[in-house]
Amino acid sequence: MEVLTLFTTETPYREPLPVKGWQFGSPRKRSLAVVGSMRGNELQQTYICARLIQRLEKIEAAGELDGDCGILVIPCVNQFSMNVKRRFWAADNTDINRMFPGYEGGETTQRIAARLFQVVQDYTYGVQLASFYLPGDFLPHVRIMETGYQRSEEATAFGLPYLILRTPQPYDTTTLNYNLQVWNTQAFSLYTKETDGVDDESAQEAVSSVLRFLYAKGLSHSQDYSAGCATTLFREVSLHTVLSTYGGLLMRRCEPGDTVERGALLAEILDPCTCEVKERLRSDCRGQVFFAHKTQLICGHEVAFRVLPDDRA
Amino acid sequence: MIQHVVRVPLPVGEDLVIQKNRIGSGGKRLCIVTGTHGDELEGQYVAWRLAELLRANPQKLHGTVDIYPAANPLGISTMTRGIPMCDLDMNRTFPGSTGGSMSEYIAACLMEDIRGADTCIDIHASNVFLREIPQVRISEDTAEALLPSAKYLNMNLVWIYAAATVLESTLAYSLNMADTPTLVVEMGVGLRITRAYGEQLIKGIFSLMVHMGMWDGPVSPVAPPIVSSDGRVSFVNASCPGIFLPTARHAEQIEAGGELGKIVDPLTGTVRETLRSPATGLLFTLREYPVVYEGSLLARILGGA
Repeated sequence: MEVLTLFTTETPYREPLPVKGWQFGSPRKRSLAVVGSMRGNELQQTYICARLIQRLEKIEAAGELDGDCGILVIPCVNQFSMNVKRRFWAADNTDINRMFPGYEGGETTQRIAARLFQVVQDYTYGVQLASFYLPGDFLPHVRIMETGYQRSEEATAFGLPYLILRTPQPYDTTTLNYNLQVWNTQAFSLYTKETDGVDDESAQEAVSSVLRFLYAKGLSHSQDYSAGCATTLFREVSLHTVLSTYGGLLMRRCEPGDTVERGALLAEILDPCTCEVKERLRSDCRGQVFFAHKTQLICGHEVAFRVLPDDRA
Repeated sequence: MIQHVVRVPLPVGEDLVIQKNRIGSGGKRLCIVTGTHGDELEGQYVAWRLAELLRANPQKLHGTVDIYPAANPLGISTMTRGIPMCDLDMNRTFPGSTGGSMSEYIAACLMEDIRGADTCIDIHASNVFLREIPQVRISEDTAEALLPSAKYLNMNLVWIYAAATVLESTLAYSLNMADTPTLVVEMGVGLRITRAYGEQLIKGIFSLMVHMGMWDGPVSPVAPPIVSSDGRVSFVNASCPGIFLPTARHAEQIEAGGELGKIVDPLTGTVRETLRSPATGLLFTLREYPVVYEGSLLARILGGA
């Protein structure tokens, strides 16, 4: 293992900010790049990388990495924001993950994106530990953009229960995942349960999924990971979205992973001042709760739940 | 007539309401949209002044003018550029989706309300970091269709930028793709109102309305703008962090090699970088907010290679 300073950003009033990468295996091989947090609130994503680094260190020390394998893990690209509890680049509130492929002659976050992209492009595989813009909990899954360059079958090697194919929207075209994909890296986004805090169980599951992937691709000979499962592939549009009509305090009555019948109560929205029930959110299909908005204040017309229907014909 | 474009309940005893002021009826329809970024206030003056002038002279209006002063009312009310609850840039959510999250829903409703207008003007004010001269920005894909209208707006500059740099999730891009001709105006600086720029645009809007056959009041001729492509725009970015102290004056000519300003270090009392203009031309963008990082945009000069 070698710890590399990939690039450094100078600041006027704080210490220089190095972006560090932990390199395993052959430095000449570009097999897998793993990128953790690009936003300051992505603590879980950094934590997963840290745990992955510990595991890879042991695997490498045991001589179980393949000779043709080169892995780079980048736990945190944006400590500038994480250290001051800001989500986006704290100087101008721009989102590094909306700046790819980046521009070396451009603004600060365009340059950071360009430098990061230069580091991670040309890897055979790229994994981004991603977060969702809505506060809520997912079932762990892999997500791939349908750019026309994707090879979906490769993602089953993670051994996660779900693989989602997403049709890119205009705002996706400047993300790391999308740009890796169109520049010939097989790119996967891994979603776990948490973002702002650490959820150790789902983090360990994410680490195991990367180790399963490495073994399946012949990049590691270690099988020191938890068992995976068969992967169900579906398109994101097949998820049934349950929207709130009223604003208020969302009280969840089911959790991600619960199987629900059509008409089952998913949550109640209470008037925050009186606890009067303003709305009962129900599933419009039989299936599994895939995403649940966090229990907290919610606006009307917000994505409260996503249910994966049993019947996805 | 004040109309509600979209209403969404907020959690505690309040609704988010995007409103428009419809003035006139029938005929051609002109939409004026502003306040998509909550920290851009230049359009507030234009919205107020336009409504005031139209209300005072209803007999001269032959058509419909829809004024949307606050596309992002929560952002404006909280001095926040994006939508406060989700920290999303509203102008990266278009065309939106009626089945999507709240931000996508309000984007879709706004888009649907404007769709079909004969012309839309989307007024922006740079941001808190940069000061801009009054300008229209159009992509080269739409330049042929939009340039004739842009020339009526009384702006100093029409900047035709390369298609490769177009952001597809903006209101203007989405409306243009939906066959609703949309011009983006940028002028002034964030969190401030430059009344002279506002008056300049007001004159342009009436000039455009005359051209569209929507206004028969007197309008003095507007000066033709400079029309420029990307190739003539030079960018100057900071090479190091520090405090930027401009030397050159915004909206004035500068010679190639002329000093734009310095980046200084308050801790050491040193000058870290002296910035010079890469071209002779009009300094049409100048850094307003002094704290800079490597890459921070400091200036744009019209007169590049």
